[in-house]
Amino acid sequence: MDTLIEAQDLVRLYPGVRAVDGISFRVRRGQCFGLLGPNGAGKTTTLEMLEGIQAPSRGAVLFQGRPLGAAYREAIGIQFQATALQDFQTVAESLTMFASLYQRTADRAELIDLCNLGEILGRDTRHLSGGQRQRLLLAIALVNDPELVFLDEPTTGLDPQSRRNFWGLIETVRHRGKTILLTTHYMEEAQRLCDEVAIVDRGRIVAQGSPQGLVKAEFPATAVRLPLGSWPAAEPLPEGAAVRGGAIELYSDDVRPILEHLERIGANLSELRVETPTLEDLFLKLTGHALRA
Amino acid sequence: MWRRIRAILVARNREFYRDRAGLGWNIFMPILMVLAFAFIFSGPPEDLLKVGVIRGPDGATEAQSPFLATHHVTFVPVVASAEGVAKVERHQLDLLLDLSDAPGYWVNLESPRGYLAERLLLGAYAAPSQGQAPERRTVTGEALSYADWVLPGVLAMNVMFSSLWGVGFVVVRYRKNGVLRRLKATPLTPFEFLAAQVLSRLLVVLGASLIVYLGAASLLDFPMRGSYAALILVFVSGALCLISLGLIVSARLRTEELADGILNLISWPMLLLSGVWFSLEGASPAAQGLSKVFPVTHMVAAARRVMIDGAGVLDVLPEVGLLAGLALILLAVAAGLFRWE
Repeated sequence: MDTLIEAQDLVRLYPGVRAVDGISFRVRRGQCFGLLGPNGAGKTTTLEMLEGIQAPSRGAVLFQGRPLGAAYREAIGIQFQATALQDFQTVAESLTMFASLYQRTADRAELIDLCNLGEILGRDTRHLSGGQRQRLLLAIALVNDPELVFLDEPTTGLDPQSRRNFWGLIETVRHRGKTILLTTHYMEEAQRLCDEVAIVDRGRIVAQGSPQGLVKAEFPATAVRLPLGSWPAAEPLPEGAAVRGGAIELYSDDVRPILEHLERIGANLSELRVETPTLEDLFLKLTGHALRA
Repeated sequence: MWRRIRAILVARNREFYRDRAGLGWNIFMPILMVLAFAFIFSGPPEDLLKVGVIRGPDGATEAQSPFLATHHVTFVPVVASAEGVAKVERHQLDLLLDLSDAPGYWVNLESPRGYLAERLLLGAYAAPSQGQAPERRTVTGEALSYADWVLPGVLAMNVMFSSLWGVGFVVVRYRKNGVLRRLKATPLTPFEFLAAQVLSRLLVVLGASLIVYLGAASLLDFPMRGSYAALILVFVSGALCLISLGLIVSARLRTEELADGILNLISWPMLLLSGVWFSLEGASPAAQGLSKVFPVTHMVAAARRVMIDGAGVLDVLPEVGLLAGLALILLAVAAGLFRWE
């Protein structure tokens, strides 16, 4: 496949800490690649080495097979996690300023339309809501029509509504052929947006693959949960069933035979739940600690 | 490159002029200062006569001139005759007594105190035993009030504060809140960024100085005897020098508090020892030597020569050259030290 950017055994040392401890992966052109992990796992440091903002202590970053050069900044767009814009500028003026810094620029009207900035063009950037601000920062990241877009925890701090809107926006950007590299600690975000994720913990990748593939590899079975009271008292529990937290859990690759069995024995199915394991469960299993630590 | 510099310059200028509170402060503070000092120093000076003495080969003794025995007159040594005469013209000396070759004295015909000093001098030579009275030479010239003398210094001080804090604080704030980090991710180079900051601040400093100058001109009657071009050159080169110094301070700092402390550390000695508020002629040689190190000293001296002595562009070229050269060196150091993060 056509690799756009590659991390080769990246290490970043800070005094007394190995913030990033040997991370390697490739991102294909047109892919949306996610780095997942709890706060302090080394996601942002890894991302900044790929952005060329920080130099790795060891290892290398290759863009289109070559080390990062002066032209790299023209080819990428970055949405930082914590960034300020110059004060006393309107949205339109901020876009103009950033556009002036690049040789190539995206079509302004299209960008404003894409990021839904039309109504707030004249507003001072200090008076934007969280969602509006993220949309402006995304527009600035896209202002040079980059091939590769970095998004560092783009929806952290947004309310659920704004988060969903932002996801829609990122999907649109992706459909326009951009390659996206994002970090997040929202499992739902990674599952919805990413083709491939790398789970990072303590500076290392602990698992990598498609979100569905990873979950399937680690949790081959789907769980069916039924409250204890819904189970006919006379019936013995089938083999492999477990009682946990006042509920009976049955596991299987295929839910159908379980449902047929339950119907046969006359169980009360009104409170039955089928649970598909998520990246969150996977993370817990792989690292032994919760994601939002 | 110019397009990028212009983009940052325009953004910074907007930030400045849209911040109304800061803008007002930049303009009114120095005007208030001029008024305050005009008020404080408009009263009569101390009631002593001040006489400059150019020493003879044996030093200045009463044997050389009986006048030196007069009580309640301060005798100050003067080295160069031209310098002493200029002070008599401006009423800074009431009389100048030259005991070097041909004894003589200068008196300002428009100075009442000069008249009194002259009567005392001639009185000292009244008895025939006291010898020949020195030859009389006269000058004319209006009195230079303290407010007139201090105004070039206040203008220079305004340039100093505005230059040092204007870039120093802004760059540190940008670094702290992540603006620099965002700009680092673009093709903008440190040189382009710094050039934009220097130009933006230079415009602000010159604009504010113009307003202060016009404000002072409408409120006070002060002399401006030299060339406006010379005065502009002096302030531009001085401002460039101080802006570059501010950029060095802000090249790596992350907190405004530390920047504030260091800027204070730099600016207060300059404020006290650059001759902004008082002349350093009576100060210790060490203080005078130290003052030569400060760019503000040269800026103030050149500005006074233009405004008070009527100097032209050629007369201030040494100071302008020195300040501009120093500005280049400081800017190169700042660019070398600069870190986005």
